[in-house]
Amino acid sequence: MSQAQETDVTEDGVIESVSGPVVTATDLAAKMNDVVYVGDEGLMGEVIEIEGNITTVQVYEETSDVSPGEPVENTGEPLTVDLGPGMLDSIYDGVQRPLDVLEQQMGAFLDRGVDAPGIDLDKEWGFEPTVEEGDVIASGDVVGVVEETVQIDHKVLVPPGSEGGTVAEAREGEFTVDEAVVELENGEEIAMRQEWPVREARPAAEKQTPTTPLVSGQRILDGMFPLAKGGTAAIPGPFGSGKTVTQHQLAKWADADIVVYVGCGERGNEMTEVIEDFPELEDPVTGNPLMSRTCLIANTSNMPVAARESCVYTGITIAEYYRDMGYDVALMADSTSRWAEAMREISSRLEEMPGEEGYPAYLAARLSEFYERAGKFENINGTDGSISVIGAVSPPGGDFSEPVTQNTLRIVKTFWALDADLAERRHFPAINWNDSYSLYQDQLDPWFREEVSEDWPEQRQWAVDTLDEEDELQEIVQLVGKDALPEDQQLTLEVARYLREAYLQQNALHEVDTYCEPEKTYRMLGAIKTFNDAAFEALEAGVPVEEIIDIEAAPRLNRIGTTAEYDEFIDELESDIQAQLEEKY
Amino acid sequence: MQKEYKTITEISGPLVFAEVDEPVGYDEIVEIETPSSETRRGQVLESTADYVAIQVFEGTDGIDRESSVRFLGETLQMPLTEELLGRVLSGSGQPIDGGPDIEPEEERSIVGAAINPTAREYPEEFIQTGVSGIDGMNTLVRGQKLPIFSGSGLPHNDLALQIARQATVPEEAEGDEEGSEFAVIFGAMGITQEEANEFMDDFERTGALERSVVFMNLADDPAVERTITPRLALTTAEYLAFEQDYHVLVILTDMTNYCEALREIGAAREEVPGRRGYPGYMYTDLATLYERAGRIEGRDGSVTQIPILTMPGDDDTHPIPDLTGYITEGQIYVDRDLQSQGLKPPVQVLPSLSRLMDDGIGEGLTRADHGDVSDQLYAAYAEGEDLRDLVNIVGREALSERDNRYLDFADRFEEEFIDQGFDRNRDIEETLEIGWNLLSMFPKSELNRIDEELIEEYYDEEAAAEVTAD
Repeated sequence: MSQAQETDVTEDGVIESVSGPVVTATDLAAKMNDVVYVGDEGLMGEVIEIEGNITTVQVYEETSDVSPGEPVENTGEPLTVDLGPGMLDSIYDGVQRPLDVLEQQMGAFLDRGVDAPGIDLDKEWGFEPTVEEGDVIASGDVVGVVEETVQIDHKVLVPPGSEGGTVAEAREGEFTVDEAVVELENGEEIAMRQEWPVREARPAAEKQTPTTPLVSGQRILDGMFPLAKGGTAAIPGPFGSGKTVTQHQLAKWADADIVVYVGCGERGNEMTEVIEDFPELEDPVTGNPLMSRTCLIANTSNMPVAARESCVYTGITIAEYYRDMGYDVALMADSTSRWAEAMREISSRLEEMPGEEGYPAYLAARLSEFYERAGKFENINGTDGSISVIGAVSPPGGDFSEPVTQNTLRIVKTFWALDADLAERRHFPAINWNDSYSLYQDQLDPWFREEVSEDWPEQRQWAVDTLDEEDELQEIVQLVGKDALPEDQQLTLEVARYLREAYLQQNALHEVDTYCEPEKTYRMLGAIKTFNDAAFEALEAGVPVEEIIDIEAAPRLNRIGTTAEYDEFIDELESDIQAQLEEKY
Repeated sequence: MQKEYKTITEISGPLVFAEVDEPVGYDEIVEIETPSSETRRGQVLESTADYVAIQVFEGTDGIDRESSVRFLGETLQMPLTEELLGRVLSGSGQPIDGGPDIEPEEERSIVGAAINPTAREYPEEFIQTGVSGIDGMNTLVRGQKLPIFSGSGLPHNDLALQIARQATVPEEAEGDEEGSEFAVIFGAMGITQEEANEFMDDFERTGALERSVVFMNLADDPAVERTITPRLALTTAEYLAFEQDYHVLVILTDMTNYCEALREIGAAREEVPGRRGYPGYMYTDLATLYERAGRIEGRDGSVTQIPILTMPGDDDTHPIPDLTGYITEGQIYVDRDLQSQGLKPPVQVLPSLSRLMDDGIGEGLTRADHGDVSDQLYAAYAEGEDLRDLVNIVGREALSERDNRYLDFADRFEEEFIDQGFDRNRDIEETLEIGWNLLSMFPKSELNRIDEELIEEYYDEEAAAEVTAD
C-alpha cells in the first residue's frame, strides 16, 4: 500500500458519526474512492459516498473507541498498490500491508493504525538493464530485469501512462526500488517501483481468445472440464465440499508462471496452512519452492470487513502487473461470496436500497467487472500474457440459485459444481460430473490432440457418455436393484464405477496421486476403456457378467493413481485384463 | 471526565438513544442509572456528534427519560487473572458464586484483535476425546473450532460434557510433556436453569470446576447480554492460553440464542435484514468469535472451541448453522434418527467433518492406518446407508451378497462403533481396532481406500472368518 511514505494531506475534515466500519465526516474535500486517514490513530479508509457536505468513508480497520470530532485527513489519492520486486514470496492483508512486517511491529495480534509499505523500500535488488543509451522506449516497455526469486525474473516496466522517450542512461547494479535505474533524455526517471490504483484495470493492447489449457494435474479438471490460460472458472459448493482444497490444489499444481492466492474472508488456519506448506512444496516442473512464484493475500473472516472488500482488487492488480511482463498468471479467489457479503454489509450500513437477498443492486456489475479483468492479452509492450481467475463461491445452504452464484455463472465459462453428496461419501474432488461444464473444450481440444493424443476428445466423450448412462441406470437400480438389469447394463455400471473411483477420484493428500500429468490422465482413462472394450467382447462371447467383473486384474485400475511409474504398470495391467478375459472364452 | 447526561430521547427494545454535547467513542461502555438507583451497563452502537445509540445489556425495563447516562470513556474490558479458574460468573462477567471479588492481573478489551495469519501455528496435535465417532472419523486437534450441530431435544450437552471430561492429548497422559495444563471455559447463552444445573453438577461431580471458568447467561437473563458473554469467555480463554500456557477448551452453548440476540438488536435498530431477518453482518460477527480459536507460534497454550448450536427445524441450511459451517473447521452432527434408535452418542458421521483431521493423524501422531481406515469406513457406511433405501422397496432377498454385506456393515457400524455410551472412554487404538474388526467383514479386495501393506498388517482374519461362516 503506497500512501505510507508520502502522506500528502490536502484537506482535513471532522468525524460526524461512527457506526462499525462506516464513518461519516464533514468538511472533507474529497473525491470518490480517495484514501483517507480517520481519527487520531490514523485508521485507513476509503471514500464511498459524498452527499452535500457529508462524506462517507469505509474504514479498513476496527473502529472501537473512535469518536465524533476526531480529524479525517484526505490523501487525495485512490487506493493503490505498490508494484515492484518483492511481491512474490510475500503475504499481504487486503490493502497490501505485509503481514510478516506487521507481526514484527505489533506481535501476534493485528493491532490497528499501523502502516507498512507493500514492498521493502530499503532492500537492494540487482538490476540488469535491457536497454541502452539511445534506445527509444514507450509506456509498458521492459527496461531491465531483476531476479526476484529463484524462479521468476522480474521485468521492470515503463509505467503505463508515461510518455516514454530516448534513454539517456541505464544503470546496472544494486538499487533500492525507489532509486532511478533508467533516465530518459526528457528528464523522466524510471525506478523499479510503480503504483497503480486497484479499482482500475491496467491497460493492454488487445484481448485474445485463449487456446492453451491451464494444466492443473487434476484429472477431473484437465480430463473433463478444462480451464484455459486466460479463462474464468467458478467453484461453488456448500461448506465441507472441498472448495478450499480444490483451490489449494490449483495453486500448487497449475502450470501458471505466477500464482496470486486471495484468501478473502476465510479461515485463519487455512492461510497458515498455505504459509507453512508452500515454502516446502516443489513446483512439479522446475523443482523450485512453490512460494517463489506465489503471492498471498490474506484477509481472514475476522479481519476488517472493508479490507475484505478491497482484497480481490489488490490481488487482480498484482496479477495484471505480472501479466504485463508476459507471464501467465493464475488468480484464486477464495471466496468471492465473502467479498459480495462485504459489499452487502457496507451497502446496508449506507442504507442503500437493497437488491436481491439484501445484496446491493450493483453486485452483478462488480462481479463482471472483476472477472472481465481476466483473459489472454497482448500487452502494450507486445508480449503475451494471461490471467486465469478461479473464484470459489459459497452459496448459503448450498443453494446455487442465490444471487452470487447466479451472477457469477452468467460471466464465467467454466463451472465446477461441488456436490455435498459426493463429499459426504468422501469422493474427492467432489466435483459433480453431470452438472459441471467447460465452454473452453472446443478451443482447447487442438492443444490436447497435439500435445497428448489425437483421440483425447473422443476418449473424453466416451467417458462422459458412460457416466451419463450410469446416471440413468442408477434411477432404475434405485427401484428394482442392480441384479434385475440386463447383463450389458450391469457391465456398464461396473465400468462407470471404475471411472468414478479410479479416474475421477483423486487423493490430494497422496504424494503421487496429488498431481496427475495429462499423459497419465489420458493413459488412465485408456486403461479403463481397454477394460470396457475387452469386457464387452467377452460378454458378447457369452461370458457371464459376474465372471467378467471378478477378474483379478480389474481392481488394479484403482491403484494407477497412486503409482508413480505408471507406464509399465498400465502396460502390464492392460495386457493382463485382455489375457484374463480372453481365457474365459 | 465521567460526564453525566439526563438526555435520553428514545427507548426502544434493547436500545436507548441519548443526546450528547461531547463526542463519545464507538463501542464505549455506558452506565445508565434508573430512578430506582439501579445501574445498567450498555455499549455505544452508533456515535454521532449529536446523539448516541446505546445497546443495554441488562434490559431496558425501568429506564425512563429521567435516567442518567454516564460514558466511561473505555470499551468493555474483561478483568483477567489465573484466579478466575474455578469461578462462576454471570453472562456479563460479574461473580455469581458468592466468592470474593476478582482482583485482575490485567484488563483486556473483549473485542479481541485478529490473530495475524503469519503468527499462527497450524493445528496438528491430536486431541483424544474418547468418542469413536469423533476420534476415528472426525478427529479434533488443538486450536480447532469444531461445532456440534444439533437440534432441540437432542443430547448435545451430554456429548459436550463427555468431550470436556475425557479430552486428553495421548502422549501427555503419560506425563512427559512440558506440563501445559488443561482448562475448560464454559460460555452459556440463554440455556435453561435445568441445563445449567446439568453442566454444573457434572463439573462438580468430576472435579472439573476447579480448572474451569463458567459464564452463565440463562434463558431468563437479558437477551442482549448474550452478545457479550462469548466475548468475555474468549477473552478469558486467550489470556489463559497465550499468557498462562493453558490448553483451553471453550464450550459455547447455545449459539442459536446468541444469533437470536443479534437479530433482536438488528431489528431494534431498523437495519436492512439479510436472510430470515438475521443481520447482513452475521457472518462477520460470528467469525470474530470462531476465529478466536487457534495456536500462536512460540506460545505453549492453545484455544480449542466447541460451539454448540441447535438447528431450527434440524435444517442445516438455516443461516445459523450455514454461516457457522463456512467459518468453522468442520462440524459434528447429532442426529435425531440415531437418537431415536437409542444410539449414545447419536453422532451421524456422514455429514460430519473435521477439516484439520488429515494433518493431525497418521504415523507418529495417531497411527499410520488411521486416515485410510476412516476413509474406508466412510465409504462403506455411505454405501450401506444408500442400500437401506433400496431394501425398503425390494427387500433383502433381491440384493446381492455383496450388498447384503454392506447392509450388515452399516448396522454393526452403528451398534459397535458409534453406540459406545456417554460414560465410555475409548482410546484411539481401541477405536481403530473396532474399525478393523468391522472392515474385515469385507474381502481384502473391497478395501480399495486402504494401502495394501496396511491391510496385511491390520486385517482381522478371525473377524473375516466369522462373517464367511455365517
